[in-house]
Amino acid sequence: MNTPVAPPATTSIVVEDVCKTFTLQYHRTLKQIAVATARRLPLSETFQALSDVSFTVEQGESVGLMGLNGSGKSTLLKLINGVMRPEVGTVLTRGRVAGLIATGAGFHPQLTGRENLFLNAAILGMGEAETKRKFDEIVAFANIGRFLDTPVSHYSSGMYSRLGFSIAVHVDADIFLADEVLAVGDRPFKRKCLKKMQEIRAEGTTIFYVSHATASVRSMCDRVLVLEAGRLMYDSKTTPDGSVDGAIRFLHYDDESDDEEQADEELGSEV
Amino acid sequence: MSNDQDQQHPLQKERILSRGDRKRAAQRARQQAKRKADSMPAVDAMDGPVKTRVVDAELVSPAPNGGLIGVLREGYLLRLIVRRQLARMYSASLLGLMWSYIQPAIRFTVYYFVFGVLLNFHKNVPNFAIHLFCGIVFVHYFSETFGGGTRSIWMNRALVKKMALPREIFPVSQAIVALIHTFPQLVLLVFFCLVSGWTTDLTGIVSGVLGLLIVVTFAVALALLFSAINVYYRDFQNIVGTINQFMHFMVPMMYPFSRVAGYADTHPVLYQLYMANPVCNAVILLQRFFWQGVNVANGQGDSKAAVFPPHMLERGVITLGACLVLLVVAQRIFTRLENKLPERL
Repeated sequence: MNTPVAPPATTSIVVEDVCKTFTLQYHRTLKQIAVATARRLPLSETFQALSDVSFTVEQGESVGLMGLNGSGKSTLLKLINGVMRPEVGTVLTRGRVAGLIATGAGFHPQLTGRENLFLNAAILGMGEAETKRKFDEIVAFANIGRFLDTPVSHYSSGMYSRLGFSIAVHVDADIFLADEVLAVGDRPFKRKCLKKMQEIRAEGTTIFYVSHATASVRSMCDRVLVLEAGRLMYDSKTTPDGSVDGAIRFLHYDDESDDEEQADEELGSEV
Repeated sequence: MSNDQDQQHPLQKERILSRGDRKRAAQRARQQAKRKADSMPAVDAMDGPVKTRVVDAELVSPAPNGGLIGVLREGYLLRLIVRRQLARMYSASLLGLMWSYIQPAIRFTVYYFVFGVLLNFHKNVPNFAIHLFCGIVFVHYFSETFGGGTRSIWMNRALVKKMALPREIFPVSQAIVALIHTFPQLVLLVFFCLVSGWTTDLTGIVSGVLGLLIVVTFAVALALLFSAINVYYRDFQNIVGTINQFMHFMVPMMYPFSRVAGYADTHPVLYQLYMANPVCNAVILLQRFFWQGVNVANGQGDSKAAVFPPHMLERGVITLGACLVLLVVAQRIFTRLENKLPERL
C-alpha cells in the first residue's frame, strides 16, 4: 500500500508482498463438525498458496511462469486476472487484462457458441460494436465453422478451448495471460496460437505465459519466474547472471542427474 | 508477515523437509520437464522490432470493485447476463416462459377457491379477485428475486471462478429476470383494475410508488446478501425457499388487512411483528393504490373490509429507509465475503 516511489508509467504489473491463503474445510455439516470437535480434530486448516511474492513487469515484457504442479502458478495468474484478491499485499495492473484461466473459460453449456462468444467478449471488456467488428476474425481463427450456432455442450474439448483462446486473443488487451489452456489443442492449433501470441508480443503487449514446455518458454519469453511451494524462487531479471536458461536449470535442480533412465521409461509409457 | 508460518506450509511438509524429499522433488521436476518439454511447440519470435505500446491508464487493482453501482454502469454486460439467465431457465422446457404465468395462475385459482369461495372472503371483501391478484403479483416478484438471487452465484460458478467480473451482477440480473417475468402480470393487473373501474388520489399514488420501491429494494438487498452467504452454506437456499412459502401467508392478500387490524390491541407484539415485515408494508401500500382504487370507483370505498393501518405512509417511508440501510449493509457484507468466493465454489 505504502509505495515510497510511484512506479514509472511503463510499469504494467506490480505484485507486492502478495500472500494468498486458502482455507481447507474438512467438515461441512453440523454433525461432522460436532464429531470432529468431540475428537479434537482440526475443523479447518489454512493452506498458503502464495507467500510474499513481489515483482514488477514492464509493459511489453514477455514473462514465463514455471514451477511444479501446486506451486501457485494458477493462483498467481488468477490474482493478476482479478478473479481473486490477495489477503496481504497488492496487485496492480495497467490497462485491459485478457486471458484464459484453465480450460474452457466461463462458457455456458446451454448457450450456443455465438452467444458465448458475445458474453465472454463482454466480460473481457469488449463492447457490442467492437465484438461485431471482430466477430468474423474470431470465428475464423477458432475454426469451429458450422458449430457456431450449436450449444457449446456439444463441442469437443478442442473446439471449446479454440473458441476460448480465439476470443481472448482478439481482445486487444494490454496484458495477455495464458495458462496451460492450450494443452488440449492439437499440434497445428498450438502452433497457430503461439504464432498469434508472438504477434501480440511484437505489438508490445505484456505476456504472462504458464508452461512446463522449456523450448516453448525459451522462444516465447524474455524473462522467467520460478515458483516453488508458493514462493518466488528465481526471477531471471533480478538474479545476477539470470537468464531464461538459468531459470530452467534452476527448475530442474541440475545438481543431480541420476534418474535419466527412469524418466525415459515413463516417457515411453506415455507415448 | 508470513515468515513466522514458514513451517506450516503443507507442501513444505510434504516435499521440502529433508534432503531426501528434495531429491525426490527434483526427480519429479526433471521427469515432468522431460515429459512436457515438447508438449508445446516452440515458435520463433516475429522478425522486426518490437513495438512500444503506450498504455494510457492508471495502475489499478484488476479485481472488479464497483459494487452495485458499478454493475448498473455496465449495461451491455448486464443485458447479456440476463439473457443467459433466461436461456438457462428455459433450456429443455416445452412451455418456456409460459411457466412464469402458469404458476401464478394456478396459485391464484387455488387461493381463490379455498379462501374466496370456501372461507367466504369473496362475499365479505369487495373485489376480492383484485385484492388477491395484487398480492400475488408483488409477492411473486419478491420471492423470485429473493429465491433466484440467493442461488444465482452458485448457479453461475463456472463464470465466477474463471472470469473477473463484478459478482453483484448475478443477483442484480436475477432481479431483472424477475421483473421480466412479473411485468406482464402487472399489465394484467392494471387491465383488470381499469375494466372494473378505477380511480386514485394523491395518497394512492404516493402509496403505490412507496410500495414498489420498498419491495424492489428489500428483494435486491436480500438477494445480494444471501447470494454470497449461500456459497458458504448451501442450507440457505432451502431456508430462503421456506421463507418464500411463508410469505404468501404473511401479507394481506388471501385475507383483508381488516382481519389483522383487530389484533392490534389484544396481541400488540404479534401485530407489530407482522407489521415489521417490509413485504407486508409494501403489499398494504400497493393494495391502497390498486384495490382501494377499484373499491372507491365502485362506491365500496368505505366497506368494512377496506381498512388500512394508521400512519400507513409514515410507516412506509420508515420501512423504505430501513430497506435502503439494509441494502448498504448487504453490499458491505457482500464485499467482505466476495474475496473468498472463488475458492469456495
